[in-house]
Amino acid sequence: MTTIDTSRPADHGHDDHGHHGSYLKSRGSIWADIINWATTVDHKKIGVMYLVAVLFFFFCGGLMAILLRTDLLDPIRDTATGVTGGSSFLVFNKPESIGAAGQNYNRIMTLHGAIMVFMFIVPGIPASLGNFFLPLMIGAKDVAFPKLNLFSWYVYLFGALFALWSVGMGGVETGWTFYTPYSSSEAVDHANVVLVVLGVFIMGFSSIMTGLNFVVTVHKLRAPGMGWFDMPLFVWAVYATALIQVLATPVIGITTLLLIFERVFGIGIFDPALGGDPVLFQHFFWFYSHPVVYIMILPAMGVISECIAVHARKPIFGYHAIAFSSLAIAGVAFLVWGHHLFTSEGELAAVVFSALTFLVAIPTAVKVFNWVSTLYKGSIALNTAMLYALAFIFTFSVGGLTGLPLATLATDLHLHDTYYVVAHFHYVMFGGMVIGMMAGLHHWWPKMFGKMVSEPISITGFALVFIGFNLTFIIQFILGVNGMPRRYASYIDEFRQMHQFSTIGSWILALGFLIHLFAFLHSMFKGKPAPANPWGGLTLEWEADAPPDEHNFAHEPLVTHGPYDFDDVVPPHCDPADFPLPEPLPAGAKGHH
Amino acid sequence: MTSIHSTSVDNRPYHERYVQGHHWRTADDEFDAAKLGMWLFLATEVLLFAGLFCAYAVMRMLHPEAFSNGSHLLDWRFGAINTVVLLVSSYTMAMSIRNAQLGQFARMKFNLIFTLFCAGLFLFIKLYFEYGPKWSQGKRPGRLFNYPFATDPNEPIWWSVYYCATGIHATHVIIGMALIFWVYIRTVRGHFGPKHYTAVENVGLYWHIVDLIWIFLFPLLYLIH
Repeated sequence: MTTIDTSRPADHGHDDHGHHGSYLKSRGSIWADIINWATTVDHKKIGVMYLVAVLFFFFCGGLMAILLRTDLLDPIRDTATGVTGGSSFLVFNKPESIGAAGQNYNRIMTLHGAIMVFMFIVPGIPASLGNFFLPLMIGAKDVAFPKLNLFSWYVYLFGALFALWSVGMGGVETGWTFYTPYSSSEAVDHANVVLVVLGVFIMGFSSIMTGLNFVVTVHKLRAPGMGWFDMPLFVWAVYATALIQVLATPVIGITTLLLIFERVFGIGIFDPALGGDPVLFQHFFWFYSHPVVYIMILPAMGVISECIAVHARKPIFGYHAIAFSSLAIAGVAFLVWGHHLFTSEGELAAVVFSALTFLVAIPTAVKVFNWVSTLYKGSIALNTAMLYALAFIFTFSVGGLTGLPLATLATDLHLHDTYYVVAHFHYVMFGGMVIGMMAGLHHWWPKMFGKMVSEPISITGFALVFIGFNLTFIIQFILGVNGMPRRYASYIDEFRQMHQFSTIGSWILALGFLIHLFAFLHSMFKGKPAPANPWGGLTLEWEADAPPDEHNFAHEPLVTHGPYDFDDVVPPHCDPADFPLPEPLPAGAKGHH
Repeated sequence: MTSIHSTSVDNRPYHERYVQGHHWRTADDEFDAAKLGMWLFLATEVLLFAGLFCAYAVMRMLHPEAFSNGSHLLDWRFGAINTVVLLVSSYTMAMSIRNAQLGQFARMKFNLIFTLFCAGLFLFIKLYFEYGPKWSQGKRPGRLFNYPFATDPNEPIWWSVYYCATGIHATHVIIGMALIFWVYIRTVRGHFGPKHYTAVENVGLYWHIVDLIWIFLFPLLYLIH
C-alpha cells in the first residue's frame, strides 16, 4: 500500500521548512491574496486559474451555441422570393435580409467553434485537472518548470484576448477552420481574421509550454518507487496528450503565421490567384487539427479510467493495454489528417487515409472494452462521477462508431459537410471531452476544494445534461443523412420539426449546466467538508490533505503498490459512511474496512 | 551533508547551492530536466520549419520554372559567407560552455561577445547586402512584387517563400542574440560555475538549432537551381 517512509527527511533541506497549510489558505487581505494568486508558481493554483478561465470560455461558447440553436428554431424567409414565415432572431432589425442573417449566423458559428476548440477543449482537461493532479499523482511537489507553467497561463489569456478583441470589432465569418482562399480574401473581415489567427498562434505557445512541462515532469519527477507502469492511467493519458501537444502545435504555428503574412503582405502561398495552393492550407491545418482531436479526448479517457476503477472498486482490467493504447492513439493521430480532405485529394491518397483512419478504432475500442470489463462484477457506486463515466462510454462510443461511415469513402461522399458530421464530432468532443471533464470535476472536486458536492443536485444536473445532449445531437444524425448541410442559417420546411427538437434539447442541456454551476457554488459555500479520501482511491493524490497542503505532501511518498490494487489493499483514510451509495454495499465487497 | 540547523546557502554542499526549485532532489536532476525541456522545445522549432520546407516543396513542384529563376537571382556568395559566420558563432558558443565548465570566465565572456558579433554580422549581411537591394529592385513577396524583368508569372511565390523562410530564421537569430546577451550579463555577474551552467548550455543548444536550420536553408534557397 502507499506508505509514508518516515526514514526520509521531511523535505530536502531547502527553503520550505514547516507545515504551510492548505494551498487555499488566505494571506490575510484580499490584495495580498490577489497578488499571491497572480504571481503563484504552485501548480494547484495555476490549475484552478486555468479551470476558472476555461469554464468562463465554455460559458461564452455555450451561449453562442444556444443563440445558434435558437436561431434555427425557425428558418429564415426571403420576402423577395415570396417565401413567407417566421424571421430569424439573429437579424436584429432587418428581418427581410437573408444576407445579413447569414452573416450574423456565420460570425456566431465561427466564434462558437473557435472559442470552444482553442480556448476550452484543447487546454480544458490537461491545463486544469492535469496541472492540478499530475504532480500529485506521481508524488511530486510541483511540475518541472513552475515559472513556465504560470507564464503559459498568461500567454493563454493574452492569446484569448486577441480573439475576444476581434469579437468586439464584429467577429469573423470564416468558420473556425479559417479555410483559404475565403479567409485570405481581402474582402472578408480583414483585421478581425488577423486578430483571431494571431490569438490562435499565441495560444499555441501556451499549449506547447504546458505539454513540454508535463513530459519533463513525468520523466523526471516521479516519486521513488514509481516505475512507468505504476503510474495512474490519467498520468499516462496526459503524458500521451503532452507528446501530441509538443509535436503537433508547431505546425499550426507556421500555418497561422503564413495566413497572417498572407493577409498582411499578400504572399500568395495559399492564394490561387497568385499561384498558391489553398489545399496546402488544408493539409497544414489538419496536420495539427486532427491530432488536436486526441489532445481533446485522451485526457478525458484518462479521467474515465480513474473514475471507473475507483468507483467500481476493481483493479483496472488491462492496465498495460490502456496505457499503450493512449500512446497508440497519439501515434496514429499524426497519420490520419487526410480524411478531412477526401473530396479534395487524389483517389489513392484518399484510400490510404481511409485505411489509416480505421486504425484509430483499435486502440479506442481497447479502452472501451477494458472499461466495460473493469465494471464487470465491480461494486459500482452510482454517484455523479460514475454516472458521467458511464455516460462517457455511451456517448463516446456513439461518436466513435458514427465516425466509421465518415472514414469510409463511399458513405463519406454522401455525408460530407452535412449535419451528420456536426452530430458526429459533437458526440466525440462534447460526449467525450465535456462529459469526461464533468466526471473528473465531480471525482476530484472534494480533493481540490475540500468540500463535497451535493449528490442530489448534481445527479439532477447530470440527468438534464445527458437527456439534453442526446436530444440535441441524435436528431442531427437523421438531419444529416437526409441531406441537411452544415453551416447554413436556413433550411427547407421538411427539416423544421427536427430542428425544433434539437433546439429544445440544447435548452435542456444548458439548464443542466446551470444546475451544475449551482451545485458547485453551493458546495463552495454550504458544502459538507470532504475527507481526504472520500471514494477510497489508491492513487497518490488521495494521500494528500483535502484541499492539499501547499507543498502537496508533508513527506515524500514512497510507492510500494500499483494505483489500482483494490484486491490487495485497504484504501487508507476510507470511511464507508462517506460513500454516497444508493444502498449499502453487499457483504463481502472487497476493499473496504 | 545538509546541516539541519542552517538554511543558509553557503552552508550547503556546492552542488546543492544552485538548486533553483524546491521540487528537485538534486541539482543534477534539475539540469537534466532543463536540458530535456530544451530538446523538446527544439523539436518544436524543427517542426515549425518543417512546415516551411513543405511549403517550399509544394510550391516548387507547382512552379519549377519560377523557383529555378528565383534561386539564380540570389547571390550564393552572401549565403556562403553567412554560413561560415554562423558556423564560427556556433563554435564560439560551444566553447563558451566549455569555458563555463572549466571556470575560464574571461575567455567565456570573450567567446560570448564574439558569438554576438557573428550573429550581428549575419543580420547585417542579410539586411544590407541581400534584403535591401532586392526589395528596392522590386523582388518582393506576393502582391508587393514589381520586378520588371521577371520571366515567369509565378516568381512572386518564390520570393514569398524566400522572405518567409529567411525572415522567420532571422527572427530566431534576433531572439538568439537576446538570449546570448542575457547569458553574457549573467556571466559578468558571476552566476555560472563549473557545476552550474544550465542557462549557457540551453542557450547554446538554441543557437545550434538556429545554425542548423540555416544549413538547410542555404542549399535549398541558394544552391538548388
